[in-house]
Formats: sequence, structure tokens, C-alpha cells
Amino acid sequence: MSNNAPLLEVSGLSKRFGGLVAARDIGFQIAPGEILGLIGPNGSGKSTVMKLILGVVRPDAGQVRVDGTDVAGWPTHRIAQQGVGIVFQHSRPLHRQTVLENILLALLPDSFLRLRAGRVALDRARAIAESVGLSHVLGRRPGTLPFADLRRMELAKAIARDPKVVLIDEPFAGLTMGEVESFAELIRGFRAQGRAVLLVDHNVKSVSALVDRVFAMYLGERIAEGTAAEVVQDPQVREVYLGGGMTTATRPPVAATGRKPLLQVNDLSVLYGKAQALDRVSLRVGEGEFVSVVGLNGAGKTTLFSAISGLVPYQQGSISWQEGGATVPLAGRSPASIARGGIVQCPETRELFGDMTVRENLDLAAQHLPPGEGAKQLAWLYELFPKLQARERQTAKTMSGGEQQMLAIARALMMKPRLLILDEPTLGLAPVIIEQISRALEVLRNTTPITVLLGEQNVTFALPHADRVYVLEHGRMIWEGPPGRFAAEAGEGYL
Amino acid sequence: MFASRQFWAAIVVVVLLAALPLWLSSYLLGVLTIGYYFGVFSMAWDLLFGFAGEVNFGPTFLTGLGAYAAGLLNAQGVDLPLCLLAGAGAAVIGGLALALPALRLSGPYFGLVTLVAVLLLQQCIIIFAGVTGGEIGLTMNDILSIDADTNYWIALGFMTVSGIILFGLSRSAVGLILQASGQDAVEAAALGFNITKHKLAAFGISAFFSGLAGAMMVFYLGTASVGIVVDIAIGVQVIIAAILGGRRTILGPAVGAVLLILAGEALRPLGQLSTFVVSAVALIVILFLPGGLLGRVLRPRGRA
Repeated sequence: MSNNAPLLEVSGLSKRFGGLVAARDIGFQIAPGEILGLIGPNGSGKSTVMKLILGVVRPDAGQVRVDGTDVAGWPTHRIAQQGVGIVFQHSRPLHRQTVLENILLALLPDSFLRLRAGRVALDRARAIAESVGLSHVLGRRPGTLPFADLRRMELAKAIARDPKVVLIDEPFAGLTMGEVESFAELIRGFRAQGRAVLLVDHNVKSVSALVDRVFAMYLGERIAEGTAAEVVQDPQVREVYLGGGMTTATRPPVAATGRKPLLQVNDLSVLYGKAQALDRVSLRVGEGEFVSVVGLNGAGKTTLFSAISGLVPYQQGSISWQEGGATVPLAGRSPASIARGGIVQCPETRELFGDMTVRENLDLAAQHLPPGEGAKQLAWLYELFPKLQARERQTAKTMSGGEQQMLAIARALMMKPRLLILDEPTLGLAPVIIEQISRALEVLRNTTPITVLLGEQNVTFALPHADRVYVLEHGRMIWEGPPGRFAAEAGEGYL
Repeated sequence: MFASRQFWAAIVVVVLLAALPLWLSSYLLGVLTIGYYFGVFSMAWDLLFGFAGEVNFGPTFLTGLGAYAAGLLNAQGVDLPLCLLAGAGAAVIGGLALALPALRLSGPYFGLVTLVAVLLLQQCIIIFAGVTGGEIGLTMNDILSIDADTNYWIALGFMTVSGIILFGLSRSAVGLILQASGQDAVEAAALGFNITKHKLAAFGISAFFSGLAGAMMVFYLGTASVGIVVDIAIGVQVIIAAILGGRRTILGPAVGAVLLILAGEALRPLGQLSTFVVSAVALIVILFLPGGLLGRVLRPRGRA
């Protein structure tokens, strides 16, 4: 630690997946005892950069120097042996072994001949467990642990490797406020031990108390670098997260009050195992309204939509829906029955049938329409998305991301939904394409009586169309209001 | 592990099994002898699937290699012990030659490669019928013993020793690394483990015991034939036995294999129906007891 040569030195790192540039010419350094935050919205390429450093994905170009040695292109286990450790956000621990054995695993040498972990390793595993606060659960199996303790165990495994460089993916996801503080303390411990730490997260806010510097990415490229305060003030960062010159709606907003709510969600709570995905969330969508739910990746948008669509069970709360002139509960109905009832979800992952053509994907969605209706709907959709007509005979998987997204939206519209749920339609798309999709939504809004529920982390896209906006954070609705008041009242908390 | 109740229970079981020749007919002993060799096939398979997480759809590729390598050398006049060693060696070499390229594939392709390998081996044996005896089979010059009791004890001893080694391995540090590689390959690599190396080693060990068991079985039977040591149906039986007994337990598959062979024999009067009944019971166990018969007994439970 006497010299301050960087422990991790990334330069010119680039990776393409087919036509998608996941990372372009990324470079940064982390000195011993320094904590760097790597931030960017979903699809920005930050996860790719992490995988490139760890060797899970091979870079097309660039260098990754760990304590002076270029490890770019090495297999993961050799990079790990070189001194890179990672705390995964989601991991699959050994469920049939105890917590102690799970930590012990990380202490084993990469050898097929050492059959027993020695006394020394056992003592060290115990010491590490104590340092992260796991002493009281050593003999338990991971499946019986609360979520925070599982994360502690992952941290313990990383510590056991005694890494020079520690990568931590979304350090605080799924933790309560109290747990966040004790985790932050453990991460500060890495600084004191002279390790180089890279925190990967969605926004500056979640890591600002911890980081020395922040490196912000968007669409595979560096957009800003500096202290947390500097990055938050950076105009490009503000534009990515908050939207630049916000264009307001061209049509008069639909008044929500007094209208019969088409969809009403009350006090909905969803648990994934031990992680709380939604915490008493309420939401109302009036007939003909365009409602946006904004929130970062992991805030709970997809869970909320999946619960509405019947894809995810919920532990508490109710969802009701207008059908046949009456208000009916949706609980207990199958996803197929809910979709036929008029709620059609266009999922974040698009879920297109890749080997089918554009036309086949659309025809499939028209299966439940009366004969003749399908052709009319198809003609209208081709008018809305002319690109799809041009690509009618092309298989879905060979199209660009933007075209696939258009097809996904068109396929959902083909079912003549009464409520269209759009989950992150701009994910990973270039601004030009987002513009095109935005225009199609505007046409949709102005010419049809359709009701839309949009989930977005891209505020630039979510606000202009919306009549009303909800902000979801850590599974809770923290703000509700008209789009015009968003920047002033909720914008700061979003960066 | 040595102080546990399970350990003493296992000793009692082995002692009781060793005493069985006092009471049983040589016919029943013969059935059990075959059952014990199948027990080793299943345990070897479980090391690969239950721990390393790789499904080997062709366990008989390894047993077949072992059996025929040993048998063909014996036909050339090579001594029996050398033939056994050569059988185990052939299975390891053949197995590694197969696994080395196959482990580069992801998803279900490893399993498919192992399945195709069995078909290739079977066709090779049939095509070179002049040397291998083809579908009729290969008659051995030597046999292990002519005494049913001795054959029984050899098989029981072999299964016991294999069981101790494989079970010990599964509970060792290496077993931990193998399980980690099987469950989350990226994370295991991030902990610094060369997954390919560990999986290859597991495949080699699995091949060693499969090949040795195959070779010993044909020297017990006095003949090697495709229908007994290579056919896909035999491989399916090995897999069913492992799942029936409880995968990821090593000892469970041995119990499953013995039960399966006994059941097949007991139901022989049913003729064609016997296979149906055994398969139906296996299906019920897999559907309603996915942990297998011994799954609950042999899995370590969460302490505290």
C-alpha cells in the first residue's frame, strides 16, 4: 500500500453483441482503498463491464490490469486467482451444506487432490463469519436464513478469497434501511483493508454515501466521471435520468377523478422468498387514462405488472377490474383468463417467438378475435408501425432491438386490449428508435380510447405521454402526481 | 461422519448382507451379485449427475468399454487381473476422450453427446462381429469363480469399497467444489475453481468405477454381450435406479439398483408385464418422492 499504483486498471474495454454495442472504449482506475461507483440505467452496459472484468464475457478489445497484470481474455477462475472477487446480487449457494461449509468452499484450493479442508481453513471460515456477523447461524442451511444474512454469506465468500479487487453488484438491493447501514460499514471495511472496490448500481443516490468517485454509463458509453456531487450535476446524467427539455402532453390530460377506475390495486404486497418485492402498493387507472409508473430497475415495476397479469402470486392486498359493467376481483384467475378479459401485458423481455415471422407472431395474437376482425386490426397496426409491414416475412429474432420492440407492442395491440401494460419498452434502445416508439404511442393516445399503464425508468419517455405518474422505489409507491410536477417534487430522489 | 448412526447402520447392513449365503439359494445370490454390480454403475453415475450436475445419458458407454476391453484382451490370453485393470483404464481413456470436447458444450448437449456415444459403441461392436462376437456376445476364457458364494462376496466387497470411496469423495472438499460447479458455474469460477478440470476429474472417476464394474461383471457372467453391458435400455435402468434410490446421496443409487434388479427378477413370471410394472413404480416414485427412497435418510438436514 506504500505506492498508490491502481489495483484495477481498465482501458479501452469494448464489447459488441451482434449489432448491439454493450461497451465502447471504457476506461477507469481504482487505487488501493478506493471505492468507485459504476452507475447507469438498465441496459447501459454496466453489468457487461463487470462481466468483462471477471472474464465471464470475453472483451473484443481493451485491457483489464489487476495489480499490473493484464487479465483480459483469461478464463474466470484464473482472473479470480489473480485477485478479483465478486459479490453477486443473485447467487445459488450450496443448499444442502451449512453456512460454515459454504464459506469454507471459498477457502478451498483449486485442487482435486486435497480432500479435507484443514483446521486452519475451518478457523479462518469461522473468523470471517464472525467479522460479517454470521456467527449465530454457522450451522444453519442457507434456505433457512433471512435475506440479509444470505447477502452477508456472499460477502463472507468474497472476503475468504482475500481479493485485491472486489466487485459488488447492487450492494443494497432488497435490504431494509437498517441493514443497508451495516452493509455499508462492511464495505467501508474493504477500504480500510486497502482493497479496490467497484460498486455497480443503478443510480448515484444508492451509493453516494460510500463512493470516492462515480463513473456513469449510458448505452455502452462513458457519460460522466467525478465525485458523486459532480456526477449528479452533470447535464448529460440529468438528461438520462430526468429527461432533458421535457415536452408536455399535446392533448388535454384525461381527468382521473370522477371516472370509474378501470383497474384498482389496493395494498398489494409480494414477497420473493424472503425479499420484499412490493410493499403495500396501491394504484388506480381510470378508463382512457395513460398512467406511467417510473422507478429504477429492481424497484418492483415488473413485479407489479406481473401480479396484475396473474403471473406472480401476491401475499396481501387486492386487484379489481371492470368487466361486463361490474367490478370483479382478479385474484385466482389464470393469466390466460386475465388476458382474454382485456388486460394485455407487453413484457420487458418482449417474449417474441423468435423463429416465427412478424406476420405469424401477429396472427397468433389474433386467435381470439372474431373472423375478419384480425385483418382489420392488422391493417391498422401496419399503419401504426410501417416498418413491420416491410418486414412481414422476416423471422422475429433476426430483427433489430427496436423493430422487435415495435412487434411486441403490435402483438399486444392485436389482442384489442382494454388495458395495455407496457413494461420498459425503451430498454436498451437507441434514442432515435425511442423517438419512433414515442410517436406511435402518441398516435395511439390521440386516436383510440385505449388505456395504457406504462412502466419505465427512462423518465424522458415516461413523462410526455402520461396523464398521471407514480414513482415506485424499493417496492413502495413514494409519489403520485401530474407529470408537470415530477421534476420539482420527485426528481431529486430519482438521480 | 464415522461416529454417526448412519455409519453404524451401514456396517450392520454390510455384515448382514455378507452373511446372506448362509440362508439364500445360489440362484438368489446370483441375482444379488448382478444387483451389486449395477449398484456400482448407479453410484458412479450419481457422482457425475448428483454432484457435478452433468447428466450422462450413456452410462453404458463406460461400462461397455470396460467390459469389452477386458473381454477382448482375455480372448488374447491376457491374465484376468490385468484385463480388469485394462477395462477400467479403457473406460477412463474413452470417457475422457468423450468428455473433453463434450464439456465445452452447454445445456442439454453434453447429455446428447453421451447418448450418441452409446449408439456408436453398440454399432462398432456389431460391425466388428468377427472380433467382438457381435450380437451373440463374447465368451470369456476365465471367470472370477465358479462358486456362487465366492462370486457373491466378491461383488459385495467391490460394491462396499466403491461405495466408501465414492461416498467419502462426495462428502469431501472435492465434493463441495463439484456441487458448487454443478449449481452455479459462474460463481464457482469466480471463487477461483477451474470447473472444467473438476468436472473432467469427476467424469474420470465415474468412468473408472463404471469400467471396472463392467469388466468384473462380464468375468462373473462368463460372457459379454451388447444386451447386458451396452444397450441403451441398460443405461436407462442405471439412471432409474439412481433416481429411485435418491440422487445426490451416492448410497441411495446402490440401494435403488439392487431393489430394481430384485424387482425385475421377482416379477419375471409376469413376462412382458414385469418391465411395465417396474417402470410404473419408478415413475410413481419419481413423481411423488423426487428425493428418492433414501433421499430423506441420507441428506444432511439443517442443524439447529
